[in-house]
Amino acid sequence: MRFWMIGIFASALAGFVWVALWHLVLTVTAILVTGAALPLALGPAAFSGLAVGAFAALQRPASLNRRRISGIIFIACSLFSFSLGAPFDPGSLLALWQRLLLLLLVSVAGWLSIEKTVGPTNAGFMTRYGTEKFYIRLFWGLGLIMFVLIVAVPFYVMVMTSLKSQHSLLINPLDLSINYDLGVTKLLSSYIELFTDYGFLTLLINSAVVSIATVMITLLFSVPGAYAVAKLRFPGRHWLSASVLLIYLIPAIILVIPLYAILSQLGMRNSLFALCIVYPATTIPVAVYMLRGYFSGLPSDLDDAGLMDGLSRLQIITRISMPLSMPAIASVALYVFMIAWNEFLFAFMFLDDVRLFTLSRGIVSLNSSEVPRQHLMAGAVIATAPVLFLFLWFERFLVSGLTAGSVKG
Amino acid sequence: MSPTSRSDFNGKLARREKRLAFLFLFPTIILILAIVLLPLVANFWISFKPVTLGDLRPPSLIIKEALRGAITSPGDIFKIEYRFRNSSVKYPLTEASLRDKLPNGFSITLLDPACEIISEGGGRAVLCTLGDLDAKARGKLVIEAVLEEPLLVNKDILKASKPETLFITQNALTSFKFSLENYKKVFSAAEFWDVLKTSIYYTVFGTAGALLFGLFAAQIMLKTFPGRSIIRGLLLFPYVAPVIAVAFSWVVLFDPFSGVVNAMLLQSGVAEGPVNFFGQRNADISVFGLTIKFPIALSMVILFEIWRYFPLSFLFILARMQSIPADIYEAAEMDGATPFQQFWSLSFPFIASILAVLFLLRFIWTFNKFDDIFLLTGGNAGTRTLTVNVYEQAFAISNLGAGAAVAVVIFVFLLIFSIIFIRFSPKDAG
Repeated sequence: MRFWMIGIFASALAGFVWVALWHLVLTVTAILVTGAALPLALGPAAFSGLAVGAFAALQRPASLNRRRISGIIFIACSLFSFSLGAPFDPGSLLALWQRLLLLLLVSVAGWLSIEKTVGPTNAGFMTRYGTEKFYIRLFWGLGLIMFVLIVAVPFYVMVMTSLKSQHSLLINPLDLSINYDLGVTKLLSSYIELFTDYGFLTLLINSAVVSIATVMITLLFSVPGAYAVAKLRFPGRHWLSASVLLIYLIPAIILVIPLYAILSQLGMRNSLFALCIVYPATTIPVAVYMLRGYFSGLPSDLDDAGLMDGLSRLQIITRISMPLSMPAIASVALYVFMIAWNEFLFAFMFLDDVRLFTLSRGIVSLNSSEVPRQHLMAGAVIATAPVLFLFLWFERFLVSGLTAGSVKG
Repeated sequence: MSPTSRSDFNGKLARREKRLAFLFLFPTIILILAIVLLPLVANFWISFKPVTLGDLRPPSLIIKEALRGAITSPGDIFKIEYRFRNSSVKYPLTEASLRDKLPNGFSITLLDPACEIISEGGGRAVLCTLGDLDAKARGKLVIEAVLEEPLLVNKDILKASKPETLFITQNALTSFKFSLENYKKVFSAAEFWDVLKTSIYYTVFGTAGALLFGLFAAQIMLKTFPGRSIIRGLLLFPYVAPVIAVAFSWVVLFDPFSGVVNAMLLQSGVAEGPVNFFGQRNADISVFGLTIKFPIALSMVILFEIWRYFPLSFLFILARMQSIPADIYEAAEMDGATPFQQFWSLSFPFIASILAVLFLLRFIWTFNKFDDIFLLTGGNAGTRTLTVNVYEQAFAISNLGAGAAVAVVIFVFLLIFSIIFIRFSPKDAG
């Protein structure tokens, strides 16, 4: 049997990575939450992690709790001594309890992560299987933290910046704490200003009108279309269902110049109506594709039974197929709403009149040196909130509809 | 499913079904023809024409009417002047003429030779033939008259009738004049090959990165752990949120002066001065004495693309992996296969086809991506891709024809890529 790794090295590696990482993550969090300029003393953290990793591998088998307590104390003490008695905060920017809490959190998180990663190994040689399991556990944890952080940080910065004032942003960009002393109106001043001075109510209404109209038109066109492709026999059926997806792949940037030229000449470009016909044309193909998948999964016997009972095809669609495929229709509606709400290119090109701006178009004009950054971020929050809310509410529908309907195998 | 054969299409019932199908599909087909396929063809058409943004406003004949002299008491001599102008600076007007209704109550003493008086609907009118007018052409027509009846005519009555114009003009978009000028301009531009290279870098690294991150995230989320469904929802945020919001959050996050990232880098001593992440083309990085030019802004927009679209790959790969039967892993475990062996021999064949499909779709979409780069850098600092170039040519330099020509280049590139990819893509194993 070949040996792949020595347990004590693996354990030390895990300690090195985890204690340094948790130290980094928690210190940065503390900086952002409190606004204190803490140093990122990664060296001491990494060394104490190395030591505690080795310690973990050499620990005698004892009860889980005793191992845990000794490990956590080991990290706290070594962190304290490696950083020459002043962990985290030489300038005393934090209160004593905050410093102790930070030290404790790093120690606990570090030890629990080491425990999970190292698993039932000892100081001796490891098999290939055990080594790979070890690496997978290590990278599983690292990956999870990385993904959560890279996704959450931009959104966190977006929300927090929108609550700050220009003055405090320039003094210390790292201070993203909420100053509750200011009171609600002061905190939300960017939002209030957007609605009173920048006409965001109109933008919201325009966006809502265009998005809802797009959803309605898309469903009105795509439900019968998808039904025809899924259930009715006609020449060119397979050719049609294949070409639907190809149309979805035609890039918007190729269509934008001719559409701009044609709609300008017809005098229809600068209007919400233009968006209400262009958006459905881009969403109908994907809607037909998603619904077709669902409709063809419904048994044809139901349709036949309906026909026998004297229903027309339209009645079969509204009374049998649509009620049965509500989850699919809901997910299509949500997906189309998101596309229309988030759309930028056509809104940016077509609309000149401020009163017709959608949210996307309106927020671009906030990106100038004359408008403070917190207004821009407040606008971003206003644009994001409805769509994220809808998404969280209907997430199950959307996820199953997207994956089951659109790409099979 | 009932078998379909040729003969099935011939029965009475089948004929009705066929008619119904076309009825159901008719609105969709018409809309797609009008909004997608017609513009696609029109784009090719425009790319062969020297059309600018200004040409979208069709040329017209502009008339300004002016009255000189008093028109109050009988015997007053006054002049009616028509100043005319071709509004276009580029296109001529042909067979132009103007007609204006004239009230009674005065007699005309001198008429411009181009004009004549005609009777019209009980009254009279002046009809002037201007003939062909070159671009920017302008001129003046004068009528001298003597007032006879002050009750029938004054300045207001004369002004009340607006002169009507008649002319034939060519619309820049519909004329049958074609040239290869746009393509010559596009291909000979110094930056075209740089733009193409940037586009390819952006697409290849963006696509590959989003797929790899999606694969990694799917592996992580395959394991059950407390809070998994919340984190799965969180991981989809970048894809769901409006591009405008997330792009500007990145701009604020990486701002050289008030951004969190730069403040953090400065404070920890990693960077000596603020880094302008979205505004700096290259940074010199020295590794072992060798200095490499590292394209900062381009890397940032690629990172953004990966960040925004890994959730999509993640979702599809996770769904595929969850559909793999669990017993084959149990069997492999019994046989002593290590985790990496299990991944390469069991999972990978199952997800190869979805990876190929995702690569194709993401490649096409990334190549077509416009808004991300436009919002982050505006196409500056070495991040101008072909799609941003379409915008630059068509709307910033207002040369619609050149923009359309770049769009044709994009279309042809994607067509060739798709054909090659589909020919060599891996087939489904699961």
